[in-house]
Amino acid sequence: MNLAKLKKIRVYVALLFFVITLLLFLDIIHLIPARLTPYLLYFQFVPSAVKFFNQYSLLATGFLIVLILTFLFGRIYCSSVCPLGTLQDIISRVAITLKKNKLYQMFRDFKLLKYSILTVTILSLFSGSMILLNLLDPFSLAGKIFSNVFRLLLIPFNNLAALTLEQFNIYRVYPIELKALSWIAISFSSIVLLIIGIMSFTNGRLFCNTVCPVGTLLGLTSRLSLFKIKIEETDCSGCGVCETVCKAGCIDNEKKKIDFERCVNCFNCFTVCPSNGIVYKKSLPSFSNNKKTATDFDKRKFFTRLFIGVIGLSEFLRAQVKVIPKKKSTVPVIIELYPSPPGSESVERFYSNCTACHLCVAACPTHVLQPSFLEHGFFNILQPFMDNAAAYCTFECIRCTEVCPTGALLPLTVEKKTKVQIGKTIFVKENCIVETEGTECGACSEHCPTKAVIMVPYKNNIKIPEVKNEYCVGCGACEYACPTIPYKAIYVEGNLIHQIAEVAPQERLQQEIDYKEEFPF
Amino acid sequence: MDRRDFIKKSIQAGIILGSANSIGRHFNLFASQTPYPSNNYDLAAIKGGEPDVMFDKAIESLGGMKAFVKKGQKVVVKPNIGWDVVPEKAANTNPILVKRIVQHCYEAGAKEVYVFDNTCDDWKRCYSNSGIERAVKDAGGKMVSGDSERYYQKVDVKQGKKLTSTKVHELILDSDVFINVPILKHHSSTDLTIAMKNLMGNVWDRRYWHANNLHQCIADFTSFKKPDLNIIDAYYVMKRNGPRGVSKADVVLMKSQIISTDIVAADAAAAKLFGTEPEDISYIKLAAEMNLGEMDLSRLNINRIIL
Repeated sequence: MNLAKLKKIRVYVALLFFVITLLLFLDIIHLIPARLTPYLLYFQFVPSAVKFFNQYSLLATGFLIVLILTFLFGRIYCSSVCPLGTLQDIISRVAITLKKNKLYQMFRDFKLLKYSILTVTILSLFSGSMILLNLLDPFSLAGKIFSNVFRLLLIPFNNLAALTLEQFNIYRVYPIELKALSWIAISFSSIVLLIIGIMSFTNGRLFCNTVCPVGTLLGLTSRLSLFKIKIEETDCSGCGVCETVCKAGCIDNEKKKIDFERCVNCFNCFTVCPSNGIVYKKSLPSFSNNKKTATDFDKRKFFTRLFIGVIGLSEFLRAQVKVIPKKKSTVPVIIELYPSPPGSESVERFYSNCTACHLCVAACPTHVLQPSFLEHGFFNILQPFMDNAAAYCTFECIRCTEVCPTGALLPLTVEKKTKVQIGKTIFVKENCIVETEGTECGACSEHCPTKAVIMVPYKNNIKIPEVKNEYCVGCGACEYACPTIPYKAIYVEGNLIHQIAEVAPQERLQQEIDYKEEFPF
Repeated sequence: MDRRDFIKKSIQAGIILGSANSIGRHFNLFASQTPYPSNNYDLAAIKGGEPDVMFDKAIESLGGMKAFVKKGQKVVVKPNIGWDVVPEKAANTNPILVKRIVQHCYEAGAKEVYVFDNTCDDWKRCYSNSGIERAVKDAGGKMVSGDSERYYQKVDVKQGKKLTSTKVHELILDSDVFINVPILKHHSSTDLTIAMKNLMGNVWDRRYWHANNLHQCIADFTSFKKPDLNIIDAYYVMKRNGPRGVSKADVVLMKSQIISTDIVAADAAAAKLFGTEPEDISYIKLAAEMNLGEMDLSRLNINRIIL
């Protein structure tokens, strides 16, 4: 097979994965059926792995296939599937066009940094904290950039189009109201985009070989690859063109060596080599001829120390993520535990399975799901929370549970979803309009889909809300609708473990209607 | 305003012709030339049929849709699409009725017919699951979003006591004809929601109403712009757990409909139909006191049709 063709195939595959992923996040009018998401994101490494370990689902085996591919051919994932990788390639491509003759060159291998990051990330996962994965997983980082930067930039264009068309009485394109903005998510994502942008603009895939834990893990795996890209010394003319096109900076032309651990399988080198000097070659794992050098010894010592250090850290993290509900308070309203979204089963399960990719944030039709700052605690920063000030959870909507790629939100049927109680409602009578103004309000009860909030007779023939939490699903409709400011008179306090709400007994109304009877007026 | 004058004048003409009719029974020559049939009903109430069939009959008795919609006019139809539920749960206006109304508007020569609501639940789901989006599109009408503040323009409510200014959807402000199509149902805070309460879906900020004497605000906003026609859907009627309802068990099949240009009269009649006295509904009483319409049904000329 002509190896040069591999690059072309890689580019098409990468663009396909990139466009699919990008569209999922930019689908502001929700055209793509949510149920397709698990299939479209099947190969995304971290979401698939997280899902696999929490669900053992067949739909979560994508990461295994990626691992098998890596064992066979190296880090195929990095240049073909990873949306952050392709984003960097696009930036590098622009850089090359702008810089014209200044291309890549071999750069150093930040071993200490990359192994430390990977080790700390993995150990923090064992301790049950997702924070490092949330901040480093390439898919979730891409998701955050797509959702909090690109999507938010797209909305003004949509709205401009909508308002322009409206002048011609065309209402097909409609403006999208941003009901809440998470400044922390926007800032974080913009900074990440900036850093990754600069890194890829100057040094190609530097991020993937220094910071990215998935890159490092797949790199370690690729040490064992059956087929590796190598320089055939007999055929190599030593022209060094391959080094100039290597985004990963892993080709050393002088020594005629390729550091395959850092190779992202972009296949650029195949296309430029004038003498077939670069080949995909079968290579048996070569542990045995690993010479025991001083560096290897240092490495081992380093890992031991790191391990001990991280165990300590993980214990610290574990102590931090424990959810301890505080005591209840009245006016002003302080929510002690924000509910976790439907399908997450419990707050802790949500914390330990969500990688904060923000796909649910992009998919939520009401935008009640917003990236959190401290709502879920610092160690769960950026994981989505139910922002009932912005909107409320639509009773029969299951979109977030359908799109979640990590299984942090497990799929729910509409039937089940309408009974899952993610939180309970607390009524603060002292804040209520009925109490303070002495007039009818009932906005909370109106919006309640289960009649967990009902209006009961109160002073002067008016009605006041009463909460029946056995029927409450914690959707937050009452809290959203409540007109009191600055503190709501009714709000949702999360359940540590989701419960099942009862269904209010419904006796069919016995009303005989005689359609021939005269009107009562 | 021109159109309103026209209607007023034609009503006057009708009265003159009517009295002429009573003087000499052979004076039928002019009757056919008036836009109204000789019987000038203030309100039509009908029962016993399907929503579209009832509408056909009732609107005919009020002179047909052509009495309200003129050729080339821009019409806005405002049903209740507040909730993400199916038609049988009776939280939203019946889609069959909405479809028929849009068809009548076009038959009367309307240039364009727009339908919108500022929904409570997620608007796209409401539009879709209520069946109204499909129905309107099938009839050739256009669904418009009510979900963006950009569509709402600030207006003064001159007669308002509590609600003195509010932001109103541009379709309500720009259209030539405004047809209000509420559904009659129970409501947890105002007891009943009918035609006047349905106008709450024309404004952006509903919380203000709730926080500032809801009943008075409903009456106040009615004074801002009264619909040219109110068509009350009482086919499926939610008798409890309103306005959203919990299940189909809350619903009674009443197979009724009320049409009137007088929004207060329409609400009063619908309240009676529901089994409530109009004076027991605060906002109906307040609106009548503000002279926004006639609450006393005995003073109206009602066409009662039983199919």
